[in-house]
Formats: sequence, structure tokens, C-alpha cells
Amino acid sequence: MPTTFGRTLIVMPALNEHASVGSVVAEVLSTLPGVGCLVVDDGSTDTTGDVARAAGATVATLPFNLGVGGAMRLGFKYALRYGYDNVVQIDSDGQHDPRNVPALLEALAGADLVIGARFAGKGNYSVRGPRRWTMWMLAAILSRVAKTRLTDTTSGLKASGPRAVRLFAEHYPAEYLGDTIEALVMAARAGYTIRQVPASMRVRSGGTPSHHPIKAALYLGRAIVALTFALARPPAAKAIES
Amino acid sequence: MSIASYIFGICSALLTLIVVVEMLRRGRLRERHAIWWLVAGALALVVGVFPGLLEWAAKLVGIGLPTNMVFFVSIAVLFLVCIQHSAELTKLENQTRVLAEEVALLDLRIAQQELASGTAEQGDEMNDKSGKRSNG
Repeated sequence: MPTTFGRTLIVMPALNEHASVGSVVAEVLSTLPGVGCLVVDDGSTDTTGDVARAAGATVATLPFNLGVGGAMRLGFKYALRYGYDNVVQIDSDGQHDPRNVPALLEALAGADLVIGARFAGKGNYSVRGPRRWTMWMLAAILSRVAKTRLTDTTSGLKASGPRAVRLFAEHYPAEYLGDTIEALVMAARAGYTIRQVPASMRVRSGGTPSHHPIKAALYLGRAIVALTFALARPPAAKAIES
Repeated sequence: MSIASYIFGICSALLTLIVVVEMLRRGRLRERHAIWWLVAGALALVVGVFPGLLEWAAKLVGIGLPTNMVFFVSIAVLFLVCIQHSAELTKLENQTRVLAEEVALLDLRIAQQELASGTAEQGDEMNDKSGKRSNG
């Protein structure tokens, strides 16, 4: 496993996470010795970048906020240019446990994209109401697209193999929900193998998922729009494959 | 139609055309953006000079009131221009996004090289600066 760590880049998109990013970086570096750790400071207005740098991470500072999609694309580009084979996305708010990463990397041996799923029997993460139905609907449709059973398609904990890194460095979607829904569709369309691995989650240090009915309905609507356009878009991967 | 409104129509069309051509000439408008305005201005001028053409065209497509023909064509042109602008905006946003990513990568590379080449103080200074910039 340590050899895999050396070829793996942990990418953490961070927007104003100075309270948690330091401890997450420290935990990543101690739990996964040898990995590269890139914090993408996505236009933070606090000391996120300095805290992450002090904790031992490499920090790339975006001049303005691009969202998770843009920050991740920067991460994939960095991995490609500095010779990392795998990219693992971890949230900088501390909700993902770095101890899940070895299992993700192991699954990557037989897959191009591995999702750390929150409902797959490990940990205690729960969502209620319309938001849950949205996630269920997304899981059902995306399972068909990806030809594998997925239960948590909106998880931010994901590992990408070499082929996926090459695809995502150019084409990682930057729109809202693009980093979850469209990225999966893109990878599935490119003929990549997608797998799911159970992952335990922690309580987020800041805030909880919103359960406001209007917000949840909006989320459902935007998810449907994102999904529809992702499926309607011409496949982007052909140029990469050759 | 009175002589006054006839002249007014022609003058408006000419004014539009002059403004567009002048902006094109000074390089404040690119051809690809100006084409719709030129088409609209030219149409307005032709219809202004020969109002009979408008009545003929309206009758041809079955619009009872020729003025409605003017409104329809105007709205159609504005609509197309709007769509073109949205598409251009999307393209520009994508380009800006890519530039931002590249800037971040270059910034990081410069900071790392400065650290590696022994000018650690300067490197720290750079990092402070980038920190400040993101604060601003």
C-alpha cells in the first residue's frame, strides 16, 4: 500500500475552512504516509491557505471562487503535471475519515472511479425527506448509467484512477452538481468502471445538510436539470482515449 | 403617413447604422457582434425608404397590421442577439476558469522554485502576498 500512497494525490477543495483544514491535513498526512496533499484554496477570504500550508500541505490558490468542480479540475491538472496516478478527493471540513482512503485505493485496482458511499452500511449518516428522495432517484438512474449498483452518488469522497485523472483534468464539469452527477455520467460514458465502497462519515464540523422543503425542492429540480443535460451532452472522452 | 414620420423613420435607421459603422471603424465593436445590428439597421432603412415593401411583406406572411411585422422582426433580431451573447458569455466564463486554474498552478510553481533556489525569504513573502490577495 505505501507504494500506492506515493503515486496518490489527496485533493482537498477548501473555501473558508480555516477552522478545520489544518487538522484534516495533519490527519491525512499521518494516516496516509507518502501521499501528496494538495489543498485548493478556492478564493477563501480567511487564512485557509496559510493554515493548510503550515500543516504541511501544498496549497494552490485560485484567484477567485470557482466552486468544487473548478477546484477539483485544478487538482486533476496538478496530478497530471506532477506525475500522480491517482487522485482522491476529500472534503476539508473533516466529514471524511482519511482511514477510508486505503479501501478506496484498493478498489481502484479494478476500477477507474471509486465512490466512498455514506449509506452503504458503515458509519451513521442519515438524510431525511425530499433530499433523501432526490438522492435515491439519482442513485437509481446513475446506477443504470454506470451499470453498477450505486447508493450514494453525491458523496464528495471519491478516488480516480489514471484514466479518469486524464479525462477529468480536461473535462471535469464545473457547474453546480456537475462534480457529482455529471462527472459520473462522463466517466460511465467513457466506458470507465465505476465502483462503490462503503465509507464512514463523521458529523460535519460546520452546519448540517439542509432540510428546508423549498431548498430541498430546488435541489431536486437542479439535480434533474443537471442529470438531463449530462445525459444529453455528447460524450467528451473520445479524444482522450486515443 | 405624414412626411415628418417618413423622414423620422429614415433618420432613425441612418443614425443606427452610422453608430454601428462608426463603432466598427474605431474597433469598439467586433464584426461578429455587429452583424446583427447592421442587418437590423439596413432593414429599418429599406423599410423606412419604401414603406410599401412592409405592407407587401406583411400581406405575404398574413399579418394584418404591417406594424406588427416590424415588432415581430425586431423581437426576433433582439432574441437572436441575446442568445449569441449568452453563448459568448459561456465561452468567456470557461476561458476565465481555465486561466484561473493555470494562474494558480503557475503561482504554486513559482513559490516552490523560489523556495528550492534558496530564496526562502522571498518565497515566504510571495506566500504572504497570495494570502493577502485572497483576503482582499
